[in-house]
Amino acid sequence: MNPHRTLATARRVLLQLRSDPRTVAMLLLVPCLLIVLLKYAFDGRPEVFDSLGAPLLGIFPMIVMFLVTAVATLRERTTGTLERLLTMPLGRMDLLLGYALAFGLVALVQGVLAFGLTVGVLGLSVTGPSWALLAVAVADGLLGMALGLFVSAFAATEFQAVQFMPAFLLPQLLLCGLFTPRDTMADWLHAISDVLPLSYAVDAMNRITSQSGFSGALAVDLAVVLGCTLLALALGAATLRRRTA
Amino acid sequence: MVNSTPAVDVRGLRVTRGGRPVLDGIDLVVERGSVTGLLGPSGCGKTTLLRSVVGVQRIEAGEVRVLGLPAGAPALRDRVGYVTQAPSVYADLSVLANLRYFAEVLGAPKADPERVLEEVGLREHAKDLVGQLSGGQRARVSLAAALLGAPELLVLDEPTVGLDPVLRQELWQLFHRLAAGGATLIVSSHVMDEAARCTALLLMREGRLLAHDTPQALLDATGAADIEAAFLALVAGEGAR
Repeated sequence: MNPHRTLATARRVLLQLRSDPRTVAMLLLVPCLLIVLLKYAFDGRPEVFDSLGAPLLGIFPMIVMFLVTAVATLRERTTGTLERLLTMPLGRMDLLLGYALAFGLVALVQGVLAFGLTVGVLGLSVTGPSWALLAVAVADGLLGMALGLFVSAFAATEFQAVQFMPAFLLPQLLLCGLFTPRDTMADWLHAISDVLPLSYAVDAMNRITSQSGFSGALAVDLAVVLGCTLLALALGAATLRRRTA
Repeated sequence: MVNSTPAVDVRGLRVTRGGRPVLDGIDLVVERGSVTGLLGPSGCGKTTLLRSVVGVQRIEAGEVRVLGLPAGAPALRDRVGYVTQAPSVYADLSVLANLRYFAEVLGAPKADPERVLEEVGLREHAKDLVGQLSGGQRARVSLAAALLGAPELLVLDEPTVGLDPVLRQELWQLFHRLAAGGATLIVSSHVMDEAARCTALLLMREGRLLAHDTPQALLDATGAADIEAAFLALVAGEGAR
């Protein structure tokens, strides 16, 4: 690993994003727009916004980051620039961490905007510390980014990459406890949901919603989300092969 | 650095893809300082051979040594420049931003992006987005990226495809300038009339090497008037054996 090359890669990815302002605008604004929709769709039942607002503040950025990174890295593979880079003295982790830094910065800005809107403007009230919402939301964005980097290795076309969203993320969304508490699911589904990272992201948000203070359980949930992010990055590095058929 | 090991040394190279042999026992030696043309019809295995030299091809058998080291060795990664057939540069970055990034990855000198832009004749397009350039200009950006850091071996896969005759001539002059400066070049092409510009020729067909010689020696040996006729004579001679 080489910090100079990692930073050069992060800078390059951000420069590429700059030439596509529409994508940047959607990255930053779509999660905000969805939260506004949530707030006013349940205008007559404000308690729904108070209970779902926090989990969705984490889930929306995750989905958006997943899609964008999956397509961005797939593009690197299909245009031949990945092959070129792998013939150069660039470590596989330099490349992935470069991506992670660049998109992590985007996730941070996205998280700050969505958090400011949800808590500051739309008045979401939680029992726990509201700054923890921001921490979990950014962690969720990072997780989506790392998962996107990882699954792009298994997609040969952009059509396939985009379909990993319903195939890979929607099952997690159904099992994460958002629609029904996880302990009311069939036992085998509950067991599956125990190993899916999104479950911990939602558990964390639910704890902030209903419990005061920053509990140890909340710290564990957050650590699981960040651990899964690192695991997905490491698996992503393993899928980058210098020699191919 | 005076070095007697050849630039490229290939022994018994075999590559199969989907159960079909793509390269079927290739032996060859490329001398340092040469401009070696790799010629043959489309689909004969030229790209696979070049990928093996660069070290990105999974090979079934044989040995490929480059500058005295196994192909693809980490120590070679800033000594070998590779240009793929399709331009592999970022369409959503400017020409200069592309070159600056690759220069940073290679650890090339700060002034290198400007130098290579000059060499491929794209200085006035430095600020243009690569995606807005013509196909030939894009190919030259891809070539420029491979020139960064002055590699000792340049592996170029059809670098002159789609370029007009004037540009092609300019690029061949550039190749010979680089060789005069001590670099070794392997240039693939399926256009036989580029053969005369090389100091050595590799003629390939169906995954095998038909001949490896200087252009003049090939003409003398076959009694043909040009390389295309020499190639056809060699193919006919193979069939007769």
